[in-house]
Amino acid sequence: MSRWVTRVVRPVLWAGSALPFLWLVRGAVQGNLGTDPVETIQKVTGLSALSFLLGSLAVTPLRQLTGWNVLNRLRRSLGVTAFAYALLHAFSYFVFDQELSPVGITQDVVKHPWVLAGFSAFLLLIPLAATSTGGMVRRLGGKRWQRLHRLVYVAAVLAVLHFLWLVKRDVTLPLYYIAALAILLAARFIPRRRAEAAAAALAGR
Amino acid sequence: MLIRHPDDFPSRQITDERLFQDRRAFLAAVGGAALVAMPVENLLAASRKLARAAQDKLTPYEAVTTYNNFYEFGTDKSDPAANSKDFRTRPWTVQVEGEVKKPATYAYDDFVRGFTPVERVYRHRCVEGWSMVVPWMGIPLASVIARLEPTSRAKFIEFTTILDPKQMPGQRANILPWPYVEGLRMDEAMNPLTLLVTGVYGKPLLPQNGAPLRLVVPWKYGFKGGKSIVNIRFSEAQPRTTWNIAAPNEYGFYANVNPSVDHPRWSQAKERRVGEFFKQPTLMFNGYGDQVASLYTGMDLRKHF
Repeated sequence: MSRWVTRVVRPVLWAGSALPFLWLVRGAVQGNLGTDPVETIQKVTGLSALSFLLGSLAVTPLRQLTGWNVLNRLRRSLGVTAFAYALLHAFSYFVFDQELSPVGITQDVVKHPWVLAGFSAFLLLIPLAATSTGGMVRRLGGKRWQRLHRLVYVAAVLAVLHFLWLVKRDVTLPLYYIAALAILLAARFIPRRRAEAAAAALAGR
Repeated sequence: MLIRHPDDFPSRQITDERLFQDRRAFLAAVGGAALVAMPVENLLAASRKLARAAQDKLTPYEAVTTYNNFYEFGTDKSDPAANSKDFRTRPWTVQVEGEVKKPATYAYDDFVRGFTPVERVYRHRCVEGWSMVVPWMGIPLASVIARLEPTSRAKFIEFTTILDPKQMPGQRANILPWPYVEGLRMDEAMNPLTLLVTGVYGKPLLPQNGAPLRLVVPWKYGFKGGKSIVNIRFSEAQPRTTWNIAAPNEYGFYANVNPSVDHPRWSQAKERRVGEFFKQPTLMFNGYGDQVASLYTGMDLRKHF
């Protein structure tokens, strides 16, 4: 089982993670990224970052539900992918929207809460991505690593707020992401006993 | 004595068309020489004019007809084109009521009869921060108003979009209070720039762009331009307009394009021409200040945003 996850599931996941990026590259090469290519780039990278972030947060509840501890081996891959898309998303903002102007970026971040939320979420993900290697986990030690990586909860909340606040009127899609995040966070408050009982019941079926 | 010849400009002095088309490359190439030869301010003015002309390139027909907001057909910008294919624009009636000498309901053809559509290339700035350049065809609203003869009590004019949830899937959701209502002050409505649009790119307007009849007010944010209009009402009181009802702190009645008054949630200082990668500065009154700034003398445009 564990070998199957590391040898098959993880490579497939890595390949799948690249799909939104490859889709953007193909669109850029063929020149059909839509009427407003920058909007397309920002939408796809933003939604991908958020989706993979929520995916990484789904690992623990799923593991508790199924008892498959091996799922943990996918968590960092999902997290690193989320960061990669967040990086592209932030980069497209820095370059296309702000032309790398520090003054422009600072003013925008200070004045507009939705930018501040997105910018902070991105900053919070940087130390998490930087400590995502096995070596860094060992160097920090499990306990400290875990404590540091609790920042992901703050980043996720800020990221969905960033999405909610940028939408002009139709908040349907951000609300789906908020609901998903709420469920994933709430799942962490289910006492372990009950989660184990649920897992046992599931396994017994 | 100076003898004027009929051909004061020998043809060799006229810029070759290909050179004109490549004017930016040309400018770059001779830039150094020109800098020395020309007074700096002349050069700046000339380059600014050229830059503006280059920026105001027409947005392709494809983009104009597949990328826009018309929430009656859905909230994604591709929804209007996708969901309006079977929208019926005939028969169509326009009801005219309120403070007007001849309240009546007109068949569309009667309503536009006798007017010759004019072509107007206007910049179109969306409140979301993107913009286009569109060659509209339409009738100056002032001439329509003159024919309808509003009374002296008419201070405002209100435009209502068709309410037809069967044909307009967006109206089945409570995204906005339907039907969509927009309005102008009478002097804004009478401004020569204000256009009742019937076509684009020399073709009849498509449903996704607000066929058969829509408003275009180029110095205001795009949402002021009500689409698929079925009712025109003259009134003494300021109309209650849809976006203003939905979010009064974000969308005012005037909604003049103004780079120095931000949307509460985002900046309005810059805009992205669809298809471009970088943004450009947004102009006061969308660049139409010469024609419209006098309408707002003495008004605090921060308060009346």
